[in-house]
Amino acid sequence: MPTQKTLAVTGNVLVAEAMRQCAPDVMAAYPITPQTTIVEEFAKFVANGRVHTEYVTVESEHSAMSSCVGASAAGARVMTATSSQGLALMWEELFIAAGMRLPIVMANANRALSAPINIHCDHSDIMGARDTGWIILFAENAQEAYDNTIMAVRIAEHPDVMLPVMTTLDGFITTHSIDRAEIMDDDTVKEFVGEYVPEYALLDTDHPVSHGNFAGLGGPYFEFKRSQRNAIDRSAEVIRDVADEWTAICGRPFGMVEGWGMEDAEIAIVAIGSTAGNVRAVARELRAQGVRVGVLKVRCFRPFPFADVADALAGCKAVAVLDRAESFGAEGGPLFLEVRSALYDRTERPAIVNYIYGLGGSDVKLDLLRRVYSDLSDVADGAQVPGRLVYLGAR
Amino acid sequence: MSWDISKMGDWKAEDFPRGAVIPDAGNSRDYVTGGWRSQRPCRDDAKCTQCLLCWIYCPDSAVDVEDEKVTNFNLEHCKGCGVCANQCPSDAITMVPEGCELPEVK
Repeated sequence: MPTQKTLAVTGNVLVAEAMRQCAPDVMAAYPITPQTTIVEEFAKFVANGRVHTEYVTVESEHSAMSSCVGASAAGARVMTATSSQGLALMWEELFIAAGMRLPIVMANANRALSAPINIHCDHSDIMGARDTGWIILFAENAQEAYDNTIMAVRIAEHPDVMLPVMTTLDGFITTHSIDRAEIMDDDTVKEFVGEYVPEYALLDTDHPVSHGNFAGLGGPYFEFKRSQRNAIDRSAEVIRDVADEWTAICGRPFGMVEGWGMEDAEIAIVAIGSTAGNVRAVARELRAQGVRVGVLKVRCFRPFPFADVADALAGCKAVAVLDRAESFGAEGGPLFLEVRSALYDRTERPAIVNYIYGLGGSDVKLDLLRRVYSDLSDVADGAQVPGRLVYLGAR
Repeated sequence: MSWDISKMGDWKAEDFPRGAVIPDAGNSRDYVTGGWRSQRPCRDDAKCTQCLLCWIYCPDSAVDVEDEKVTNFNLEHCKGCGVCANQCPSDAITMVPEGCELPEVK
């Protein structure tokens, strides 16, 4: 019988608990800043014998992901965590993990990239990894970060998928703030994630295999990329199925996107991560005043749920997309590019505005979000879109 | 298992083992890699003392040995790096440019 306990904890502690419950065989991590306290908490579990994981501290994130790749190819269940510059330093191995189809699960605390030096909440790090071939889930709060971590193991190791998964939570806002959350009992999680049985394991000497091979000089590199594309496309269904299964146990629903008031919304804001909560707070206020506003939170960024986004937004008059990352020189931020692309094939399309906000942890005050809805109301009434790209609240 | 790759040229994306894994062992010798060689080693049997240093040093295991004697160079895998010629204490190995008249390899 699944039993849940209510805790007041930080997102990082809860993610570490989820990882302990999933009992990875190996965790390789760089133990110094910009590392999160996730691996610090996990190291305590290892030291106290609460989990039997080979815990490898390495000299850089480049080595951390390299070790994860090696351990996963050897046949282990592997998890790690990183943040910011650390994720950036892993860049080359992220592609290798995905290309070798290794089901590594990694938590990322979404934080800004230098320069100038800044350590606060921002999606620049994770958006830099959006084309690495990893499945990417965004958590709004500690609870979702916990749930996503557990579901990630099942998604990654699913035979139709076999891809690495990144579960992300917003730096400091979610990683370090104490939040109320439910934690499932160990046995239920253990049963839910099951045991990982690798198909190609280097350590299975009865069935010798070779990993990391060459496919150049007219070799099938192109075909391998195609099968990777097929796998991440197939993963959408697996992500939904695993979510349904976890919902049946824990009672919390998980969509690829999660709408609030979208059924009859005339104006809507699309957001990812913790800001979705702030937007919902403002939306509730405006609904109480009779304004037909909606909020669309995107939980799964890769694979991007194009149809769900378009279905949710097609009926709106005006839509704002909030990006906590830049794509310098592009039409807009990374989320905006996806959302706008999702709407292209629809005959009915809302006016759409891109707001870049909160870079480097700059405060997301509710007044700023009220301003966005107010802009949208004006646009819905026929006013000009307030600029191609708005830096929300920047001086 | 024995991995049959004879029809690999017709395989579609999903026919290849996931993640470019080679699901079998001992098949790297089937992969001919000597194609970029610009010079090949040529051994003088009269000078050779069968010390086997060339066999030890060859980075590609391309020196064939039978009954503790060098018999040949495996030119399907030899890259022509010249390490064997350089290490040979008896100057029994010379590097000969590819595409020239070649002396008979013994």
